[in-house]
Amino acid sequence: MNSGMVFAILGAALSTALAGIGSAWGVGIAGQAAAGVVSEDPDQFAKVLLLQLLPGTQGIYGLLVTFITLSRIGVLGGTPITDVHTGLMYLFACLPIAIVGLVSAYHQGRTSVSCIGLVAKKPDQFGKAMLFPAMVETYAILSLLVSILAITNIKVG
Amino acid sequence: MGDLDYVYAVARIRVKEKSLLSDMDISQMAGMNDAKGVLGYLEDRGWGDANSNGDPEAVLAAEERKTMELVRELKVDPSVFALLKYPNLYHNLKAGIKEVCVSEENPGAFYPDEKYDRGEMIRILKERDFKALPEHMRAVAERALAVMLETRDGQKCDVLVDRACLDAMIAGGKKQKNALLRDYVESTVAVTNIKVAVRALRTGKNMGFLKEALSPCRTLDVRLLAVAASESEESLLNYLETHGFREGAEALKESPSAFERWCDNRLIETIRPQKVNSVSMGPIIAYYLARQNEIKTVRIILTAKANGFSEEATRERVREMYV
Repeated sequence: MNSGMVFAILGAALSTALAGIGSAWGVGIAGQAAAGVVSEDPDQFAKVLLLQLLPGTQGIYGLLVTFITLSRIGVLGGTPITDVHTGLMYLFACLPIAIVGLVSAYHQGRTSVSCIGLVAKKPDQFGKAMLFPAMVETYAILSLLVSILAITNIKVG
Repeated sequence: MGDLDYVYAVARIRVKEKSLLSDMDISQMAGMNDAKGVLGYLEDRGWGDANSNGDPEAVLAAEERKTMELVRELKVDPSVFALLKYPNLYHNLKAGIKEVCVSEENPGAFYPDEKYDRGEMIRILKERDFKALPEHMRAVAERALAVMLETRDGQKCDVLVDRACLDAMIAGGKKQKNALLRDYVESTVAVTNIKVAVRALRTGKNMGFLKEALSPCRTLDVRLLAVAASESEESLLNYLETHGFREGAEALKESPSAFERWCDNRLIETIRPQKVNSVSMGPIIAYYLARQNEIKTVRIILTAKANGFSEEATRERVREMYV
């Protein structure tokens, strides 16, 4: 395998790995808070579950970018990479969702924890509570778009 | 444990906070005609348990038990609640010393405690087994018992034990990492020093007494406080007004009960920021203290109603609530 291919696969792996680590942390910490609320008030299960799931999207975005990358570099389809330059371009194209996914999932997890606390005290404020962690999502979506645009516009060969 | 390890516990506390009594609940109870009405209101809010049978003390004891059970379930560092219970522990020591020296049983004078309840405290004092006490209590227990046996001066014994309690709280607070706990301990010691100074002034105590009774802390210059309290009420009020305790001075001018209420309200102000804290053990400590304040306030209302106090007099005595 040539170096270009190694770099491209490294980018694909980082997308899923880093964004996935962030999501696992975010969903995990929000899950602890959700469990605390449900142990006292089981009626809030559906609301806190939604808040717990919000930091999980970054992992999915990372997975999506990995699939697109693998399907273009000759692993799941597309043309195999033959030069280092192209490989590095794939690596850098994957970095936005990898890095922003990690950081945004961490912060979204913490925001979700706070909002689960809000729902615990004021269940009728669920709509507003959803908005706060959803704001953090904006930056994960922006980085996903940049990664996809960059990957799909790399000319192979 | 790190702050993030308390996420589950804090979320549980947030739900529990919904059932805390609000200022409106307290106001409603204060306006009721008798203790029976107050008890009925509390039972509707889930206070008491199957064994309470409308007995006010049993209802309050059940609430204390529920709070401690919850705190235990949340697995907070036991040293934290041990520190918050120092005043009860030292109170039991005072009660024990008096019972041993006077040979008159007074079970009602003791706080319930898992380890140092009436039986154990009396045993320790009778057998002079001071090593069975926590380290910070040993020396003062021995000294206070000796003073009481020698002089039969209950007040001197109280001053020794109370001062040791404040010193132990300051020392214990310094060891804690949690900022709320440190602030709460500091606030408690400062407010207690002011209370002591006020009582000393009103009972004509001298500078020597004040020096012995006041415990140095960060927010108060106890030397200046002692000087002010040994001079006149005007000097004391002036000291409080110029050293960040203006509201306390106002309450002191109003009435003794207004001053007592200000003391407790100030402690509640210290814990109030925890209402918006999502991590750390702060909200758990705040909930525990809020429950203690709630139980104390309900006890005041029940006592006021049982003794036929007017609505106005009852309202003057009730504390601010956490929620």
